[in-house]
Amino acid sequence: MARRAAVLLALLPLCGQAAPPGDRYVTVPGGAFRSALRYEDAADGTTVAPYRLMRRPVTNAEFLAFVRAHPEWQRGRAAVVLAEPRYLSQWSGPLSLGDARPDQPVTWVSWFAAAAYCAAQSARLPTWTEWEYAAAADETRRDAREDPAWRERILSWYAQPSTGALPAVGGQPPNVYGVQDLHGLVWEWVDDASALLVSADNREQGAADKLRFCGAAALSTDDRENYATLMRVALLSSVQAADATGNLGFRCAKDLP
Amino acid sequence: MRQSLLPLLAIALLASGCGQRPAPDADTGGSAKGDFGPPQGHPIKAVLTSPPHVPPPTGRDKPAKVIVELEVVEKEMAISEGVTYTFWTFGGTVPGSFIRVRQGDTVEFHLMNAPDSKMPHNIDLHGVTGPGGGAASSFTAPGHRSQFTFKALNAGLYVYHCATAPVGMHVANGMYGLILVEPPGGLPPVDREYYVMQGDFYTTGRYREKGHQPFDMAKAIDEHPTYVLFNGSEGSLTGDRALAAKTGERVRLYVGNGGPNLVSSFHVIGEIFDKVWFEGGTRFQENVQTTLIPAGGAAIMDFRLEVPGSYVLVDHSIFRAFNKGALAILKADGPENLAIYSGKEVDEMYLGDRALPNLAAVSQAAAAAKAGDLTVEQQIDAGKVLFSGTCSTCHQANGEGHPGVFPPLAKSDYIAKDPKRLPQVMIGGLTGKVTVNGVEYDSVMPPMGQLTDDEVANIATYVLNSWGNPGGRITKAEARDIRAKSPVGSVAAH
Repeated sequence: MARRAAVLLALLPLCGQAAPPGDRYVTVPGGAFRSALRYEDAADGTTVAPYRLMRRPVTNAEFLAFVRAHPEWQRGRAAVVLAEPRYLSQWSGPLSLGDARPDQPVTWVSWFAAAAYCAAQSARLPTWTEWEYAAAADETRRDAREDPAWRERILSWYAQPSTGALPAVGGQPPNVYGVQDLHGLVWEWVDDASALLVSADNREQGAADKLRFCGAAALSTDDRENYATLMRVALLSSVQAADATGNLGFRCAKDLP
Repeated sequence: MRQSLLPLLAIALLASGCGQRPAPDADTGGSAKGDFGPPQGHPIKAVLTSPPHVPPPTGRDKPAKVIVELEVVEKEMAISEGVTYTFWTFGGTVPGSFIRVRQGDTVEFHLMNAPDSKMPHNIDLHGVTGPGGGAASSFTAPGHRSQFTFKALNAGLYVYHCATAPVGMHVANGMYGLILVEPPGGLPPVDREYYVMQGDFYTTGRYREKGHQPFDMAKAIDEHPTYVLFNGSEGSLTGDRALAAKTGERVRLYVGNGGPNLVSSFHVIGEIFDKVWFEGGTRFQENVQTTLIPAGGAAIMDFRLEVPGSYVLVDHSIFRAFNKGALAILKADGPENLAIYSGKEVDEMYLGDRALPNLAAVSQAAAAAKAGDLTVEQQIDAGKVLFSGTCSTCHQANGEGHPGVFPPLAKSDYIAKDPKRLPQVMIGGLTGKVTVNGVEYDSVMPPMGQLTDDEVANIATYVLNSWGNPGGRITKAEARDIRAKSPVGSVAAH
């Protein structure tokens, strides 16, 4: 087992090189979009500019290559204020995956680490709106949110216990843009995660609280049936930028050249 | 006015001898009188129990600092036999761990969210005085721990629940439990205490459809539960897991309703609650059959077990009990107490007007007919009994019938003209126009095929000898002849 893992590891950098970097991204055409969140400055929806988004979440193998190239982001070296003590704790060592599989999405990564990864690819984390825009699609439609089946599919992932090992990335059919695994695999960091609901501004504290308890929770979303999206927001708002969890991964985005 | 009332009140109090009971309009002061000062002594770690168990009374007469550590665990468990569901739990059970503190206690609350949780969670305790009931202060990501502190200012039995969006889904997945804030003097002692909590559940599959069942948001919004359950699964409190007690014991139930949607009509079949602290509050009502427990509410009920056996806890919105699972058992062991409840003393046929003693006349007549010495009197006696069972419904016990609908048999010219019409009509029925005592009837009498020849003869003889009819007798042989001539099913009017 250990030998096989070693062989796999040896092959990994090759795999990474084999795929042309451009192929990891698809272009998501822009368009008008109405978020499930109620933005005061976008009551009638907003316009999403075209952008490039990774087809799949970043994997263990890909992140391992990153920390090899950027030792300051290795487990044990990254500053605790940037990545909590459990950062990459699913790996057997700072540079060895152990039981973690190369093609699983990388989790136990902080927002800072995720942002650093994307920066190293000359990319960035997608904004929440970009992420939500791409994730509103299904295999055939750019906005499938009105379809109860779309919602049910997402909720059914929420209903699965998360005690088992994570599946590999790419297990789900590409959506209409060619993006995979936006739902049903892991939560994903977004660039503006910390601005979603929690603000340092005291005047906004009240609004932030609204999502956290009874009754008011329903008021802070525009689409009251869109629990599926709301739960993702709730998760993101519960974590700080240095936090990591076993279900929270990420993918990168880029502006169009 | 006030002057004249005072002496009356004094007399009333003296007469009833219940001076210790507060006047109806007196109150305990609520939260304004619930602060007994800073905590005293060493901090105490709260004993948390899984349902159906209840932590022991605090037994304290001073406020303390109580540390509560509650872990949120998302786990798959059985909701019914062969059916699994992903529950989100406080402490690994549905309902969550029972928390018991005393009014005036300072509660340091630690909420842990298990590292393998998918969701962030928090807790809103209805026993907390403060915005959100602790929710905003306890919002906790997977693998994290939150802490907040509150003073339990109001005594009572309170629901706690997760209040993370979407609140309904978190509650529907089992995230609720009870916290008891004892009044300063505690509650009256009892022999046993149990913890039961109702909840409604929404699965995509039908009731008892096997396999893993996901949560169904559409059903939850429509408030159409698949299951309504006590303590989170069907059979959680039946069979080997039934609540146990002995006769002679005083039992107290702490019953909550987590919802998310339904209001419970909580009832224990075969018991009457001696006391119900309705809504979990300070006052009790006595001698209650069914108590209403709102979603997000609770009640305390005391009763004494006198008679052994199984007592069934139900939501008396009764289809929920028998078609959705809202059913639990309290089993009382002990010697029978026949003076209070006899058990089954009689199990026999019930014949309405044809009650057993009267049928003696019928069997006497039957025996006499067999022996060949049947008298007219015996026939009349037997006929009278049979008439009251079958015929009197329409023709009335006095033979007067019902004007325009059922012809009279009393002083009937129709019968007098031909007494054999009696057995003929009984055996063959009668449909269509007939004139009796000058009045025309147009009804249907079905054939009374269930009557034997003996019975036809006896009834006819009774009628002939009653109510001013001409007298005489119809024999069994005559009845048999008439039946033989009467085409089978000749009148299909019935």
